[in-house]
Amino acid sequence: MPIELLIVQLLNGLQYGVLLFLLAAGLTLVFGIMNFVNLAHGSLYMMGAYFAAWAYNNPIFGIQNSFLIAAIVGILGSLVLGVVIERLILFSLYDRDHLDQVLATFGLILVFNEVARYIWGPSSYYMEVPEQLSGVINIFGISYPAYRFMIIGVGLAVAAGTFLLIQKTRIGMLIRAGASNATMVGALGVNIKLLNTLLFGLGAALAGVAGLMAGPILSVQPGMGEPILIVTLVVIVTGGIGSIRGAFFAALIVGVIDTIGRVFLPILLASLVEKSLAQAAGPAIASMLIYLLMAAVLAFKPQGLFPVKHG
Amino acid sequence: MTMNWTSPRFYIPAACMLALALIPIYAVFASQPFYVTLFSRIMIFALAVLGLNLILGYGGLVSFGHALYLGVGAYAVGIMSAHGYGNGWAHLGVALVVGVLMAVVIGAVVLRTSGMTFIMITLAFAQMGYFLVVSLKAYGGDDGLSIDSRSAFGIFDINNHTVLYYLILVCLVGVLWLFSRLVESRFGMVLRGVKSNERRMLALGFPTFRYKLAAYVISAQVCVLAGFLLANLTKFASPSYMQWQVSGDLIVMSVLGGMNTLFGPIVGAVSFLVMEEFLSGFKPGWFPAVEEVLNKHWLALVGVFVIAIVLGLRKGIYGSVLGLIERKAGRK
Amino acid sequence: MKLRTFTALALLAASSVAMAQAPIKIGFVATLSGPAGALGQDQYDAFMMVVERNGGKLGGVPVQVLKEDDQLKPDVGVQIIQKFIEREKTPIITGVTFSNVMMAMSKPLAEGGVFFVGSNAGPAPLAGPACNPNFFFTSWQNDMQAEVMGKYASDQGYKKVYGMAPNYQAGKDFVSGFKRFYKGEVVEEVYTTLNQPDYSAEIAQIASKKPDAVYVFYPGGMGVNFIKQYKQAGLLGKIPLLSTSTADGSTLPALKEIALGVISGTFWGPDFANPVSQKFVADFEKKYNRIPSQYAAQAYDSAVLLDTAIAKVKGNIGDKNAFRAAIRAADFKSLRGPFTFNNNGYPIQNMYAFEVAKDAKGRVNLKTIAQPMTAQRDAYADKCPIK
Repeated sequence: MPIELLIVQLLNGLQYGVLLFLLAAGLTLVFGIMNFVNLAHGSLYMMGAYFAAWAYNNPIFGIQNSFLIAAIVGILGSLVLGVVIERLILFSLYDRDHLDQVLATFGLILVFNEVARYIWGPSSYYMEVPEQLSGVINIFGISYPAYRFMIIGVGLAVAAGTFLLIQKTRIGMLIRAGASNATMVGALGVNIKLLNTLLFGLGAALAGVAGLMAGPILSVQPGMGEPILIVTLVVIVTGGIGSIRGAFFAALIVGVIDTIGRVFLPILLASLVEKSLAQAAGPAIASMLIYLLMAAVLAFKPQGLFPVKHG
Repeated sequence: MTMNWTSPRFYIPAACMLALALIPIYAVFASQPFYVTLFSRIMIFALAVLGLNLILGYGGLVSFGHALYLGVGAYAVGIMSAHGYGNGWAHLGVALVVGVLMAVVIGAVVLRTSGMTFIMITLAFAQMGYFLVVSLKAYGGDDGLSIDSRSAFGIFDINNHTVLYYLILVCLVGVLWLFSRLVESRFGMVLRGVKSNERRMLALGFPTFRYKLAAYVISAQVCVLAGFLLANLTKFASPSYMQWQVSGDLIVMSVLGGMNTLFGPIVGAVSFLVMEEFLSGFKPGWFPAVEEVLNKHWLALVGVFVIAIVLGLRKGIYGSVLGLIERKAGRK
Repeated sequence: MKLRTFTALALLAASSVAMAQAPIKIGFVATLSGPAGALGQDQYDAFMMVVERNGGKLGGVPVQVLKEDDQLKPDVGVQIIQKFIEREKTPIITGVTFSNVMMAMSKPLAEGGVFFVGSNAGPAPLAGPACNPNFFFTSWQNDMQAEVMGKYASDQGYKKVYGMAPNYQAGKDFVSGFKRFYKGEVVEEVYTTLNQPDYSAEIAQIASKKPDAVYVFYPGGMGVNFIKQYKQAGLLGKIPLLSTSTADGSTLPALKEIALGVISGTFWGPDFANPVSQKFVADFEKKYNRIPSQYAAQAYDSAVLLDTAIAKVKGNIGDKNAFRAAIRAADFKSLRGPFTFNNNGYPIQNMYAFEVAKDAKGRVNLKTIAQPMTAQRDAYADKCPIK
């Protein structure tokens, strides 16, 4: 097993994990603090990707193929969309039980998918890696796609920024307090409604960043949000609902294990059992790995790796 | 507990069951044998939703993985047929035995959790089952498994569409009756108590875990039965029966009909599937452009409908109708 | 009283006139929604182009095409077939995009005794032991699109090939089809999760193994993802990428220049020189404003086949034996060139290799580069009992 290959795979796992974190952060905050299950988070990711791709392919104020403009449109678009659905539909569900929230946001998923299909068609929508980042970077003799390096960089930067926001600012303190005891925070005179909307908007914006990042490397199509939504849910449950730290570590662990597992499990199996069995069982077990991981974590720590302590 | 014959909780389901029983006869008169197939499929899903609702509505447990048991039932038929065993009793027997074993093992794990975690873990198990079946090349994998002929029961032949239809109806009515006894029995009362306040039930000395597990296993077996019937209807077993979207659909149908009632899930399943059939084939001919959009994007309407139900009609269709009738009766 | 009699007579007259011109109902079912919806849509558009060009007729007889979407769900497909046969009483059913749905549908189709003209999915069991005298396919037997790539790889002298496909039946079939005609060594066969979006890990493995070429089968969105990521890893251009159904009319619009250089194997390409093909491409582009994919070409041939067959029996498709013989004769000019049916209802045809390149108009398109197989029969025909 050449060491370069292992490092490349670790980088791949890291990149996937960082993408998962971008999605998990928004979802876990909304869930932990507002006690709201938002399945439409995957749709916000999808819309972020579509907005960014559209802005990249069409001239905005005369400029075309600008990743910067695509980024602004994508992130802003998701943010606005998130705030709009929160104010119009979701706010009435805060006091309802999780099942109602799951169903209503499930309904939203259906609507968003059809809207995307109607506007941009059922097949993949074209989006490419920007010219400047389409090459390969060489570090210590290992070549790795430049764009994916950027994803890792952006993801870590966002993680650091979110950490600073939550831990070091007043708003962050209010958010943490709200996670522990929302009623008390309200009683202290803080405008909970505004805080909730801001929080939801932040989550939506993060989903938009994820969509923007994913667009050039993955297929932008209706329904692209659901598969990654499922994995994101696994991440936040494993990490501990409401915990950003939990989301970060769980996302990285899930990302790395899924990537390494997918690649090396069949090889490992092939050395233990005969080839055709390994070929059949390998991919099957690899797909199940993250679920097994989640089950294992929950068996020992039912509240997740870094549970939030509720006051 | 005696049955109140004049209560709407009796005569509405009874009327609906009677209507369902008459469908094959109507189909002959209208020479539309297709209705028998259509309503066979609808009744099978109604059965599955009924099963799910035992733990969803009465137990308060949101299982996002019940489609797994549909797969167990379907593949029991498929795999046994593929190996040459065609006996229906054997199919059903094996399906239920495997179903009980799986439900006990999975239930023992998932019922330790609650809330969102419960939803996720049940989903995880269903996904694992789905991936496992997709990778089984010997049994068709993602292409699914064709079944040569339907389960042989000896005394009746379900290769005849109408006979199969009445078998499904009998199963549906049977489970409905069984559940009506169950929810009013001590078992049912404990279960509802657990949904309302588990800590109190524990304090009262009830081994709540055992009750929840039993309910989970029972509800899973109803889904296994539905899967068995589905494989026979389509003569096909496919991993697509086990996708998480199917589990989601079951939950939606249950809430649509009214998950706090016994009959609600059946109403929900029928409404949902009839709406699906109707919308995708809607061709009144007034506005071709609207028609085109409707036929292609009807899922969006379903989504809007679901949101509207959650926001507005919280008791579900049947629940609301029942509430209306009982309120009017109360006023007398 | 007089009004009633008059109305009754009028209705009787009207109905007898209607009966004389009763249109033939044709059931068209395909995957029209979801990520693979583009394939089914191409099939439908091409089919309807022929019908509309003939003024709503095939073989001189008015036809009524009933369109249904199977949503890539086998049980929905079965229900649709039952609806077509039991409610609409369609004598002819056509279309079908995916093999898993096709297999489920084959049962009620066989039982219903209707004529089926498939314009995409060509699963192996229906070419072999489960073949049916009423089933015809104007596409190909699934394996052939992989076999041609295997032969091409051998012809090109590649010694080591790395194979990848999704972990489901079609994926495994395609890789074994490739191996059937590839004389070299398949150093690795990797099956990835269905609809997996990210292949960076697997691509890194490929880079370290350094094969002479890579063979993949990734239809729809999976193909878009794989090719994008293969290019980003710097491998496109270094290690030749051979494929089936990965770089075609349904994925190229999302890939554009990214896919330049990818090699693909199938029976037809938009640059074919024969007049039927040229006219088809021109008409399709004019009507639908996009380059027709192979799926459209397949469906086009199915419509023209029905057109000639119905004309041959002068609209009397009730005479099943005559109609069957008319279809089997395949007396039409196919856009692929020579076309005959094998004993199992699958085509005997040439298979080609294509490269994604810019065409004369500067658009990203498929360019014919080789013809590794001539008058090729599928590998399952002798297992079919029909002679």
